Amino acid sequence: MNIRNARVYYRKIIEKVNDVTFRSRTVNRLKSLLLGIFKFVIIVGMSYIILGPVINIVCNAFFSPSDVYNPSVFMIPLNPTLENFRRAFVRLDYWSTLGYTMIYIISLTLIQILICSMVGYGFSRFDFPFKKLLFGCVIVTIVLPAHVIMLPIYQHFRMWDVFGIIRSIRGEPINLLSQQTPMYLMTILGTGLRSGLYIYIFRQFFRGLPKEIEEAALIDGAGTWHTYFRIMLRNAMPAAISVAVFSMVWQYNDMFYARLFSIPTSKNLTFRLSTIQATIEFVDQIKDPMISQLAVYAGITLVLLPILIIYFVLQKYFVEGIERSGIVG
Amino acid sequence: MNKSIKKRKIRLTLRQKKAITGFMFILPWFTGFMVYYVRSLVLNIRFSLSKVEILQTGGYQATYTGLANYRFALLEHARFNQVLVDSLRDILIDIPFIIFFSLFMAILLNSRFKGRALVRVIFFLPILMGSGAVLRSLELATQNIIGGASAMIEELSTGTQINIGFFLDVMEELGLPTALVDYITGLVSRIFEIVRASSVQIIIFLAALQSIPNSLYECAKIEGATGYETFWKITFPMVSPLILTNVVYTIVDFFVNSEVVDLAYEVAFTNYNYGLSAAMSTISTAVICLILVIVSALITKRTFYYN
Repeated sequence: MNIRNARVYYRKIIEKVNDVTFRSRTVNRLKSLLLGIFKFVIIVGMSYIILGPVINIVCNAFFSPSDVYNPSVFMIPLNPTLENFRRAFVRLDYWSTLGYTMIYIISLTLIQILICSMVGYGFSRFDFPFKKLLFGCVIVTIVLPAHVIMLPIYQHFRMWDVFGIIRSIRGEPINLLSQQTPMYLMTILGTGLRSGLYIYIFRQFFRGLPKEIEEAALIDGAGTWHTYFRIMLRNAMPAAISVAVFSMVWQYNDMFYARLFSIPTSKNLTFRLSTIQATIEFVDQIKDPMISQLAVYAGITLVLLPILIIYFVLQKYFVEGIERSGIVG
Repeated sequence: MNKSIKKRKIRLTLRQKKAITGFMFILPWFTGFMVYYVRSLVLNIRFSLSKVEILQTGGYQATYTGLANYRFALLEHARFNQVLVDSLRDILIDIPFIIFFSLFMAILLNSRFKGRALVRVIFFLPILMGSGAVLRSLELATQNIIGGASAMIEELSTGTQINIGFFLDVMEELGLPTALVDYITGLVSRIFEIVRASSVQIIIFLAALQSIPNSLYECAKIEGATGYETFWKITFPMVSPLILTNVVYTIVDFFVNSEVVDLAYEVAFTNYNYGLSAAMSTISTAVICLILVIVSALITKRTFYYN
């Protein structure tokens, strides 16, 4: 290797460094690499913030009492046990409660879809006096906090009566509390849990459908109701699915109305979960809150499981539904 | 002759017929709105203006007392004022951060990377875990983690001489206002709640981002816009209408889970003081509505509408 050769190499290297395209390419590559690392760190960190407590709960559900007071145990139990799950199963009366809860939320969801799509269709396709004002009222029902109507509704269902008819037949109004009827009644009348939002979603969706569909149906001799049930409702499937997911999840998690109407804990899983610690302390005579807490963790895992399954099956529609149903539009 | 006139009078135009059909469609909601909302609101205000006694039969008797309940709630009740102010302060502090954070996360989640589907699933998990009992235990578990973290910080600070307090002092020495430092530390300590509270907002922003036509970006690229310019000139204006939606959603959602609601519930069903509880609900709702109106007026002024 002589000096001349070295000089040629040197010149080549200098040329490369001075070459604009090469330089910008390297800089770009470095930039995107840094950006990628930044993104990765943030996403992993945020995911940990969300998942951390959940992982903690699931791990704790497998702890045995000796692990609780062992300071060297973190996350992974030394003596994993299913005892907590067994206890939670018994105290939640899992299968029976889950069955009742599922019937409850699925029937409510079906009613929500039917009623809210009807109302949304009415708002999107027909002109009637005060339409804008009435739709403004729908928005008000979304925004208005439910606790401002809590007491009157409680009293209303405590002494349920329609224009004094029941009072004249039975002599006294019916007490509808401590059962699920109030929730059904409110949902049928389109004012159930977050119904306003669903009406809004359906209305936006129907507005996006072409009018020609209905005109064709009309020419073929279908009446308005026939058109709605046979044609429009089928076309609204994407919106219906996203409403179904929302409605199921929120209804499942709802504690406000469950508490207000004192729905029996044997028929509402999440509501029952809130009393499980007291039950365990009282019935199983486990007075140490650290240990009774373990069964609560197991209970939470059990309660979250069905809703997670629903979510994983339908999660694709969860996002796409919103994108298509046009909260955005 | 007479008959035909009568008939013509009853006959409706197509428009009127359609109006009636349309009204039939919204009739269920209309009934519910009248019975459960309008009637309840009126009753609630009546409760709040009177002393309500629960009768043995389950009924109630309301005697008008004027503004006594409001006066008691605002001037004499031990906790109401503080709880209300605290919740309002939390709402106002968190909103800007939640909005920026959710927009930022939506942009991150909108770009392509491996495992995006999984990350999305994780980010929407908090929606599923909104119920009271689950939330309470989640908070407990969070405290365990935070406790672990602060214990770790203490150990680190003795071992490596890293002291969080020192950094806070440095920030103040640099001339940053104390309020700002407090704001930052407050946000950091509540990061769990904030992340958990912004999942629906992320979805909404994500949907907005995906509805931006790609041609706008192509056009900007051809014209030689940098990423920074593209964000401020295209992305931000296009999602800005959704900022209002998100702010409203955040306020309402925050308020539904706030302590004020718990307090009103407690007063009504533990102390059986319906009048006071109704007054509390009315005051807090009025305040929230006022905030909503002001905030939406402020935001609407600056919003860009594409269509």
